[in-house]
Amino acid sequence: MKKDLVLNVKNLVVRYETEDGIVKAVNGLNLEIERGKAIGLVGETGAGKTTTALSLLRLIPEPPGVEECGLMELDGLDMLSLTPKELEKVRGKDISMIFQDPMTALNPVFTVGDQIAESIHLHEDVSYTEAQRRAIDMLELVGIPGERASDYPHQFSGGMKQRVVIAIALACRPKLLIADEPTTALDVTIQAQVLELMKNLRKKYQTSLIMITHDLGIVAEICDEVAVMYAGNIVEKGTLEDVFNRTKHPYTEGLFNSIPNIYDRKAMLTPIKGLMPDPTNLPEGCPFHPRCPYMDEDCKKPQTDRAISDTHFVRCSAYDRPGFHINRKEK
Amino acid sequence: MIRYIIKRFLMMIPVLLAVSFVVYFLMDLAPGDIVGMMAPPDATEVEIEMMRKEMGLDGTLPERYFRYMKNLLKGDLGMSLSMKRPVIDIFFERFPATLKLAFGSIIVAMIISIPLGIAAATHHRSWLDGASMVTAMLGLSMPSFWLGLLLIILFSLKLGWLPSGGSDGFLSIILPAITLGAAQAGNLTRITRSSMLEVIRQDYLRTARAKGVSEKKVIYKHALKNALIPIITIFGSTLGNALGGAVAIETVFSWPGVGRLTVSAINSRDMTLATGCIIMFTIFFTLTMLLVDIAYAYVDPRIKAQYSK
Amino acid sequence: MVKEKYTVGELKAFKKRSIASEVWRNYKKSPSAMAGLIVVCLLILVTIAAQVIYDYDTDIVQQDIMNRFKEPSLEHPFGTDHYGRDVMVRVLYGAKYSLSVGIVSVAISCFLGSSLGLIAGYYGGLVENIILRTCEIFMGIPSILLGIAIMSAFGQSLLVLMFAIGLVYVPMFARTARAAVLPVRDQEYIEAAKVSGVSDLRIIFTHVLPNAMSPIIVQVTMGVANGILTASSLSFLGLGVPVPAPEWGAMLSSGREYIRDYSYLTFFPGLAIMITVLAFNLMGDGLRDALDPKLKQ
Repeated sequence: MKKDLVLNVKNLVVRYETEDGIVKAVNGLNLEIERGKAIGLVGETGAGKTTTALSLLRLIPEPPGVEECGLMELDGLDMLSLTPKELEKVRGKDISMIFQDPMTALNPVFTVGDQIAESIHLHEDVSYTEAQRRAIDMLELVGIPGERASDYPHQFSGGMKQRVVIAIALACRPKLLIADEPTTALDVTIQAQVLELMKNLRKKYQTSLIMITHDLGIVAEICDEVAVMYAGNIVEKGTLEDVFNRTKHPYTEGLFNSIPNIYDRKAMLTPIKGLMPDPTNLPEGCPFHPRCPYMDEDCKKPQTDRAISDTHFVRCSAYDRPGFHINRKEK
Repeated sequence: MIRYIIKRFLMMIPVLLAVSFVVYFLMDLAPGDIVGMMAPPDATEVEIEMMRKEMGLDGTLPERYFRYMKNLLKGDLGMSLSMKRPVIDIFFERFPATLKLAFGSIIVAMIISIPLGIAAATHHRSWLDGASMVTAMLGLSMPSFWLGLLLIILFSLKLGWLPSGGSDGFLSIILPAITLGAAQAGNLTRITRSSMLEVIRQDYLRTARAKGVSEKKVIYKHALKNALIPIITIFGSTLGNALGGAVAIETVFSWPGVGRLTVSAINSRDMTLATGCIIMFTIFFTLTMLLVDIAYAYVDPRIKAQYSK
Repeated sequence: MVKEKYTVGELKAFKKRSIASEVWRNYKKSPSAMAGLIVVCLLILVTIAAQVIYDYDTDIVQQDIMNRFKEPSLEHPFGTDHYGRDVMVRVLYGAKYSLSVGIVSVAISCFLGSSLGLIAGYYGGLVENIILRTCEIFMGIPSILLGIAIMSAFGQSLLVLMFAIGLVYVPMFARTARAAVLPVRDQEYIEAAKVSGVSDLRIIFTHVLPNAMSPIIVQVTMGVANGILTASSLSFLGLGVPVPAPEWGAMLSSGREYIRDYSYLTFFPGLAIMITVLAFNLMGDGLRDALDPKLKQ
């Protein structure tokens, strides 16, 4: 059965060539997203999540960045062969992005209405007045009174700004939306509202979503699938069910163990020992092996993806050992 | 906003009074007794004293200053000794030429410095950046009157393309405006570059790119409008520098403006004329700064919001 | 990569490395800043040497009508002027005017301005207000016109020129110093020093001034550059150092009269001004970059 893929990425490599050495941000990443699905991209700070997102928009600044990729198809469109002009037509139209910090994501000298209308005017064959009218509709849709379209960003609170950013990103009903930690910079109460809004709008527009976060709770709430990233690669990917209940990768296990357990408040948290490896100097083989409790010599060899089921794969050579399992139990 | 403008104008009045007092006081110290120079050689002490009174030059310094300011409000700055005409008339005859030169030079400075600064910032650390910065540094360090002389040698004397002085027709303003503009361009280029470098790092440009805005528009629409804010704040001091720099440049190019008038008034010891020129010039200078300040509030919505409250 | 173990000697070396040597280490990295420093040192050497080698009366101002308007040659590398005086000798000797005006006037404005700025920033309130308003008044007059007014009030001489330029740049130093003091004014260690009975003067010198040092140092080098430019403008207008002294601006002014036929007369004095100003500007830029990490702290 052929899957209906919105995004198909094979062997994505991004590195930054700086004076202090080559930063290997993304190392041979593969990613498939089915139409209408939401996938959570989870990992620690510095795992390469944001770089992956930017490279999907082909917005890695070059130099110092270098982006190489075996295949990148957005809804069947070969993103790698597009000219810069063609890319501009795709960005904001077929794929768009919500950024982490709403305080700095909006241009201080343009009204929010103009900033939303700009996107509509660029991608759809409408007059600027019509674009502005639709910008007002978009504002109302994200829960901001339309008359505030003529206000400037500094007149909005953080949560309201993030709503504006969402309105910009969804203005042209993109096929794929990338949300880069959209709630990290917001208060907890506002976080819930913004997530709710994204959830509803996504359903309404049938938009596929990549939700970048380090919060497994958000993933459980919004996503259908989870991809766990470590040192520039996906180490485990599967449905919510697969990854949460049938965890396979030692790193994913480590992540779960470092979340407080609400059923057992007295339980000690077990953080993952050690630090993320220096991206200019990654370990051989599995980049997680220096921190991994199950490490053996094979971990220093190149790793391959291992399918557990149709939907679930893990990148860990420990499963070559007969009878290997991690300590976390299947639920 | 209107209230803000009115408030700023009212606050300006004591500054203007103080500034004019400083100038009046300094010029009053200058040696040279006008009455003594004007009086016939056989005039008696009493006659000289009479003349002094007639010309409003008797009494203590504060008395004379207040009389001077009262007359200034009535549009009377006294008679020029060397030209035998009212100072105010001479000033307003010459002032447009100085303004023309100052604004011309600022246009030149902007044409040079804004594209150069943007190019330097967008090609940060490239040869283009280096070359722009060297050019800007040379502009900053070159005495403008010397550049004027060099331009005269090249374009008027050697090539014969442009007039070396005077003010007839468009051609004659080119060299003075370039000379004065180059002096401002050095500073403006550096400020444009650093302001642009600051803006280029901002997240909102990434938002614009992610919307599908073309790279050109990202730089010239989204980035430039932000980068221009600090440039506009120093527009006032740039205009001030241009007006001040005009004094030397007008002399180099025999440009019939207030600067050259002031210098020749001082050289011919016509203190009434010199004092009038400097005071009027300073008043216009201060008012210009104020107008620029107000314009600044219009450009930056954050400032506008602050004032309209 | 961070080194994990240091020898005792290395650790001692770390301690000894003072702020000044840290700044110098940063400063050395910039070739343009070093070029500026070298040129400034050369200029000072030239000034001293010219005082020793040349005699003012016979070499600098004595007229030699027979040799007037000699184009640049081996004998007179910069040519001779309308009185037959050697332009190169005059330019070399003239370095003393520009350097001394630049340095003395900045010393005046730095001392007056920084003191006023420190006082304004430290005491605040009415004192601050009066000082700031006064600065505003003096900044409201274009510097060249203020210079002209002062020169015509007190007469033309080198001393008055130094004083005039010094006065013109006082407000800039006052504002720089005040701006640097503001962030430390309300710090608790200042409060603590006051409570323990340390005198204001001592607090200003030990706690406040060090914070204002970096911007003031940068302002000093830039100020010398600007001072030299303004001074030469005034001399060019005939309101600076009086003739026949070989001040570069004044030399340009007299050379200008012969620009049609002897344009070389206007070339070298201007070049000398530019090189001098450029050197100080490069030093200023270099110092600012070298001090920058300290400024950011």
